[in-house]
Amino acid sequence: MNDSLLSIEDLIVEFKTELGSVKALKEVSFDVPYSSITAVVGESGSGKSVTSNAIMRLLPDSAQTSGEIILRPQGREPIAINSLDERDPQMQELRGGLVSMVFQEPMTALSPVHRIGDQVAEAVLCHRKVSQEAALAEAAAMLEQVGLTEVESKMRMYPFEFSGGMRQRVIIAMALICNPQLLICDEPTTALDVTIQAEILVLIKSLQRKLNNSVLFITHDLGVVAQIADRVVVMYDGQVMETGSVRQVLKSPQHPYTLHLLSSMPGIKIVEELQTSSEGWAEGAPMGSGTVLGDAGGGRQVREFSK
Amino acid sequence: MRKYVIRRLLGMIPTLAIISIIVFVVIQLPEGDIVTSTLDQLSATGVDLSDDRIQNLRAQYNLDQPLPVQYLAWIGNFITGDMGFSYLYAQPVNELVWERLGYTLLITTCALLFTWVLALPIGIYSAVRQYSVADYAFTTIGLIGLATPNFLVALILMYFGYTWFGLSFGGLFSPEYLNVPWSWGRFRDMLAHLWIPVVVIGTSGMAITMRLMRANLLDELKKPYVITARAKGVPPLKLLLKYPVRIAINPFISTIGLLLPALISGEAIVGVVLNLPTTGPLLVQSLITQDMYLAGSLIMMLSVLTVVGMLLSDLLLAWVDPRIRYERA
Repeated sequence: MNDSLLSIEDLIVEFKTELGSVKALKEVSFDVPYSSITAVVGESGSGKSVTSNAIMRLLPDSAQTSGEIILRPQGREPIAINSLDERDPQMQELRGGLVSMVFQEPMTALSPVHRIGDQVAEAVLCHRKVSQEAALAEAAAMLEQVGLTEVESKMRMYPFEFSGGMRQRVIIAMALICNPQLLICDEPTTALDVTIQAEILVLIKSLQRKLNNSVLFITHDLGVVAQIADRVVVMYDGQVMETGSVRQVLKSPQHPYTLHLLSSMPGIKIVEELQTSSEGWAEGAPMGSGTVLGDAGGGRQVREFSK
Repeated sequence: MRKYVIRRLLGMIPTLAIISIIVFVVIQLPEGDIVTSTLDQLSATGVDLSDDRIQNLRAQYNLDQPLPVQYLAWIGNFITGDMGFSYLYAQPVNELVWERLGYTLLITTCALLFTWVLALPIGIYSAVRQYSVADYAFTTIGLIGLATPNFLVALILMYFGYTWFGLSFGGLFSPEYLNVPWSWGRFRDMLAHLWIPVVVIGTSGMAITMRLMRANLLDELKKPYVITARAKGVPPLKLLLKYPVRIAINPFISTIGLLLPALISGEAIVGVVLNLPTTGPLLVQSLITQDMYLAGSLIMMLSVLTVVGMLLSDLLLAWVDPRIRYERA
């Protein structure tokens, strides 16, 4: 019996295009445990964002999915997200209520013509029957929690009066205000400069501790993974290469792609012998086609590969 | 904001001054004047006036003065509300213009509303269901409407109205209500006639409005803030109207002022065909006969309306879009 908050099993996502179909995800499987931060790491095009959008059911109509995405919220029946009808009331509850999302582009992720306070309060109004005033008061409290000052006046301001870092804080507040069990962060710091990036990471981590929810953190940056995550999922070409705790994967990577990824990070020294074993990986090589994830013990899985 | 409004109002003065000069010059450009065109008509009926009488006529109409003096006399009177005398109708321009201007505004406003009420929802639907059968159907119908000249639509409607229903669509009133004071019956009679010019003028803008709304909305639908709103659980229809539509509609608000002159000039031909008591046919008549005070006053008043319309649409846009409001504060 699986006891994770979120289980993704054999998820396949295919995009129909005029030139034929493209498989963005090829049987992706991993779990997100309760009360933890799981990072999904991989290069662009590896299927990280497709995975997170599939969990929120935000993929475009041209996407065809199969496989299971199961959310097991505490204190309620599990939800099979992938087989929910778009008009199912659970769908609305899921988005923003049970699972919410922080996006990559804080500059464009907020509506330019609505006040900050109203946008944050709207998330409350969508999920709970409270008065406008109560929702605004909650929004103010949440904005304080994410580290904004002089909240009363900022509530009446518009996104274009905010810096990128401030906007990302607003989006985090908006995502967390209904106390979701899972927060998906899709490269939330990529568009920010390094100092702001560090602040946002600390904020996400401290809020996760405080609210005791789970975070699925999408990133291409192994430095960020080391800083924030408990568990890590390494993806490449729409497949999971390796999963395990951060310590296991970063200290002793088993799959050559993971090694390759690690050795591409400036400033991370890898033991010589590990480096040589990463030579088994070639650029553009279809990794582990036809092979499966093997259990490496200790909650760790590695895709089989031929040396 | 108040500063902005005052600045815009002051800016209207030079704009209108320049327009008035251009209007005056353009009206003077064709050879001859009202006196020569009257003389032509008279000599065609065999009457010849002596040179003295011609000179007297010229002096009476100020036509013997140099152009700048004529201009100053005209614009000076215009500002004080005296729009001069129409030679053609032998009436002060004031008496001729106001009622017609009222009808013109009524018809063009109704036509604009008609266009928007139909075209905006269709545009929204076409964007949301892009490439659907209905999307193509609406586009086709809209393009046919765009390609058909206004007056032709008017003629076709009149023809079928007459042959099928025995109705005569000309004018805004039935003969029995033509020259009687306003009453409930007269108002109802006007509404019964009003829809024809409204539909005819309205259809011309339909296709453009529809396609613009569709294109604007398609752009907005792809923006990240729409996905953010979806991700926070806003129900689909509310989301559509509150976020992307709200923003996609801004360009329409900002072009109200620009639409007015287009609608009014479109109305001129339709007005002639449908025999409407609006400014259009009057303007055409006054230009043909070189009735300069009438033509000048009409064009000036339409210009004032356009400039005021632009200001109103800018203020409206600033009201709905905070980005513009703050930029101009």
